[in-house]
Amino acid sequence: MTSDSHALPSTGDHGHHAHDAASHGTLSSYLIGFGLSVVLTAVPFWLVMTGTIADKQVTALIVLVLAAVQIVVHMVYFLHMNTRSENGWTMMALIFTVIMVVIALTGSLWVMHHLNVNMMPVHDMSQMP
Amino acid sequence: MTLATVSTQSSEPVFHVIDEHAHPEGASTMLGFWIYLMSDCLIFAILFATFGVLGGNYAAGPAPKDLFDLKLVALNTTMLLLSSITYGFAMLTMEKSKVGATQAWLVITGLFGLAFLGIELTEFAHMIHEGATPQRSAFLSSFFTLVGTHGLHVTFGLVWLTTLMVQVARFGLIEANRRRLMCLSMFWHFLDVVWIGVFTFVYLLGMLR
Repeated sequence: MTSDSHALPSTGDHGHHAHDAASHGTLSSYLIGFGLSVVLTAVPFWLVMTGTIADKQVTALIVLVLAAVQIVVHMVYFLHMNTRSENGWTMMALIFTVIMVVIALTGSLWVMHHLNVNMMPVHDMSQMP
Repeated sequence: MTLATVSTQSSEPVFHVIDEHAHPEGASTMLGFWIYLMSDCLIFAILFATFGVLGGNYAAGPAPKDLFDLKLVALNTTMLLLSSITYGFAMLTMEKSKVGATQAWLVITGLFGLAFLGIELTEFAHMIHEGATPQRSAFLSSFFTLVGTHGLHVTFGLVWLTTLMVQVARFGLIEANRRRLMCLSMFWHFLDVVWIGVFTFVYLLGMLR
């Protein structure tokens, strides 16, 4: 795809290529991505529905890791993310967004968890004088 | 952009671009749309954070275990995954400039999207019928906000899909329509990525709570 647009003389001498951001996959890349995402969806559902692993925390951890892997699979095979499209600006925007998301999520959960923990002595109120 | 030094000594070589060069139409659309998607990503991040904070506050009301049917969620996930791959096929046929096949794959994608919405609305209706309304608890408020926002995105994606099918039917696979279809492709796959977060954080981890 990219080599085609580079070869066109009419696109000019500058580094602007309208199609780079959405460089398409091939049939095999779509099918590989689909196969991977089916497995990565089926395994966590199976783990939670059957309760194969007795420890809930271990199950939760595996489910989270599989979700993270599946998000990467979707990004690569369906959204065609790479470091080259738009001279790396799509990747730059993605990295910035991921940093913002991590700050917002961990910050909120961390602060609110501690707030909850410190608000806990509700039950002890009755025993107070 | 012209600097004063250029006019004073014209014999010196110019090392900067004096005028902005021409951009082909739609050259920056993809990057712009990607940045829109990233901003959408932040909206969902905040809704996920809200759900993460409030998701355990049942107010003595129903908990995820009482409400969620994982078989239904698995079916819903399958619908969205299938719609993602069929949209991918639509893009592949668009590359080959096959109007009929592209339209056919878009119809199939739309039907899977409709099935997803139908199942989701059935689930919502069932929950509300049981008294698990958004007003019931903080958990349910944040649940309906997060999952509802995703559903709303899918709804607008379907409206967009229909619009583009009319466009392709009228004008064919012209350059502008290809660009629009590529934008919708990114939107549609992005919604699938958000759904991975929804079924993991809300449904699967909800059942494990």
